[in-house]
This record gives sequence, structure tokens and C-alpha cells, in this order.
Amino acid sequence: MTQANSVKKSTTAPQKQRKAVALISGGLDSLLAAKVIQEQGIHVEGINFYTGFCVEGHTHAIRKKDKDKQKRNNSLWVAEQLGIKLHIIDISEEYKDIVLNPKHGYGANLNPCLDCKIFMVNQAQAWAWAEENGFDFIITGEVIGQRPKSQRKETMPIIARESGADDRLLRPLCAKNLMPTLPEREGWVDREQLYGFSGRSRKPQFELAKQFGFEDFAQPAGGCCFLTDANYSAKLADLWDARGERRYELDDIMLLKVGRHIRPKANFKLIVSREEGENNFLTGYKKQFTSIHTVSHGGPLTLLDGSFDKDDIKLAAQIVARYSGGKGAESVTVQVENYNGTSYVMDVPPMAAHEVKEEWHV
Amino acid sequence: MSKIHELDCSNLLCPMPVIKTQNALKELALGDILEVTCTDPGTLSDIPTWCRINQQEVTETKEQERTIIFTIKKTAD
Repeated sequence: MTQANSVKKSTTAPQKQRKAVALISGGLDSLLAAKVIQEQGIHVEGINFYTGFCVEGHTHAIRKKDKDKQKRNNSLWVAEQLGIKLHIIDISEEYKDIVLNPKHGYGANLNPCLDCKIFMVNQAQAWAWAEENGFDFIITGEVIGQRPKSQRKETMPIIARESGADDRLLRPLCAKNLMPTLPEREGWVDREQLYGFSGRSRKPQFELAKQFGFEDFAQPAGGCCFLTDANYSAKLADLWDARGERRYELDDIMLLKVGRHIRPKANFKLIVSREEGENNFLTGYKKQFTSIHTVSHGGPLTLLDGSFDKDDIKLAAQIVARYSGGKGAESVTVQVENYNGTSYVMDVPPMAAHEVKEEWHV
Repeated sequence: MSKIHELDCSNLLCPMPVIKTQNALKELALGDILEVTCTDPGTLSDIPTWCRINQQEVTETKEQERTIIFTIKKTAD
């Protein structure tokens, strides 16, 4: 018997090295999921999606006062911990469909959540990429019951099917609670060495992280999407209202993250920088927007977004003066610069604090 | 003979400079050089990290006021 086994082993062709793509969000769950599969001898590479709405880094990168905070990109950090390649894919264009098409209704704020819709799209993209690049299956860090909408036992097979990955989508952290997938059935991975986590408790993940020796991992609160932020959603809704249509460009969503947004009239708004870092960032947009900066006193750079006439520009200049070092002066000199490079100077009385109406603040 | 290519990522925020660098390197031949100009200070951490994990070599990092210029040699496919 023993001899028969050894003979069989020696004549069997070496098993093909199986390859998996792990969806790396930068959080602990995807780190663990990838590690669990790596431990089974599978070649793992990471994939990370950029939607344009990810909180990570942007505001910290812009604001000077945040410069001392750690600015690492967590998905890159995770890939480095695992020693795997990371492919970052820009899906901001495709993502517009999810944000702009409210087919499934919106969750809290503007997040088109059905969270699972996002998961589904991500997984579909990941699977398409995996197939194109010769990978056998994809891995996610999903855990049953962890997120109220997307990570339910009933929705998981639907997401897998709709993404196109079907049973080539393996969730190592909760696999034991689900039907065996192709990689398990084919013996590419040992189901016994996968996990059966469920529920909102993070304790099992922390314990597993400890076993693997992972420390200092990111624990984002409330996901990584700007759309779940009430203030940000209000600004996006305001932008759509003002334009009379639901449409956005990547620059729009970047600018919503920066400065004070003040809309004194329906036809235009001001984006007023709050500090030097934002000033620098907005400077990069001077060729696309009319801008105002103070000349006689120190003050913020301001972009004007929308359509406006001379009176509107004067009103805007008075608001800019209000946020400048000359707010107590009788008159402040500002320079108005058109995006085509032409400019002129004007003197305006700064608006009094109480004149900048509360409801103007977006 | 390695060629030198330029990529302007001014005013782009991370991870866009990383994505553009990644995509530009894909099109180059092994040994070619890519000079990437950035303004987001986050690139100081992100571009070298991306290069490390993808086996590409940052041969020089120059900082001039608000601008950061990375010289990257394509060392892996």
C-alpha cells in the first residue's frame, strides 16, 4: 500500500502552480485573506481599485497641517507585508455608473451602497483582470455578517455569480460557512485550513493577525469611501443641483475635498483655501477656473466655479476679503485672474462676518 | 541603449501618480528610464514603495520646492 502510493507519487506530473489575485483594500481582512492563501503555496498578487472617492491620503496630502501624520498608502503597505506585487487599477470612470445610476437606490448619505454593488463591480473587474492575466481564482477578505448589506450569507453567492467569477471567488476568512468553491473542490487549496469567521466581532481577525505577526495594520472606520461622509455628500448634491444634472469629473470630486465651499448665489460658488497646503493645491487649477487672491493683505486663494457676471465677481471678492488678513480693513485689493491668464485688480470692502450667511456654506 | 521617458504627474494626488507610473512602465523596455514629476508629497512614500514591491528601481529622487522628480529604471516586466 505504502509502496503503491509512493509509486503513484513519483509518476504524477508536478502540479501546476496555481495563481490567485487578492483584492487588497488596505485593511486587515484582505491582508489576512491573502496571507491564508499564500501559506498554502499559491502564488498571490494583489489588485487595488481607485474609484476617485477613496479617503486615503488625499486630504492629508493636500493640507499642510496634516503633513506630519502618517501618509502611507495602506494597500501598498499590505502588499509589502505580504511580499506580493500590487496592481492598482483606475476604475473612476466605471465607478461613475454606480454613483450616477441610482438603480438600486441610495443608502445613507449619497453612498449608492448597496455596498454590495461596489463589491460586485470590484470583483467583476478583479475577475476580468485575473482571467486576462492567467490567474486561476480571486480572493477577498469578506466575512459573513460583517457588513449589514453586502456581507450577508444570502448575498454572497449572488455577488460571486454576478461578478462573473462564480465559484472561482474564494473568501478564505469565511469559506467554511459557504459552499466549497472550485479551488477547494479541485484541491488547489485545503478547505480545512480556511476559516469560518462570521459576525461583526473583529476578535478572530485580531487573533489571526497576531499568529501571523502582523502589527500596525490599518483599521479604517466606516469604510474608505468619501460618499459615506455626510458633508461630502452634501457638497456633491449641491454640485448636481447647481448644474441641473448628475454629472461629475474627477477634478470635481477632488475639489469637493478641498477648502470652504460657499455658494452665495445659485449660479456660482467659491472654493476658498483654508491653509497653505490647500492654496498650493488650488494653484494647480488656475488654468481651469477664474481665481481671486488678495494683494494688499495675506489671504486665501479662491476659485470660482459656475457662471458669473461682474457683480457676482465683486460679491465673491468681498467674501474672499472677509477671509483675508484685511477683514478688519476698510478696503482690500484683490486680483481676479481668468483661466486664460488675463487679470485685473479691484478694491472691495470686506464682507462682515454676519453677512456671510450660514446657508451659503455648502 | 536605454531610452529616457518623461511622465508629468503634477497636481495629481496619490494614487494617480502611482497608477500612471505603473502604466507607463508597462510600455517601456527593460533598462529604460522613466522620469516622473510629481507635486503630491505622498508620492515620496508611495512611488518608492510601489517600486520596491514590483521590483522596479528608483535610482534618484530630487526635491525642488514643490516638485519631486523620481528617476526610475525598469528592472522587471
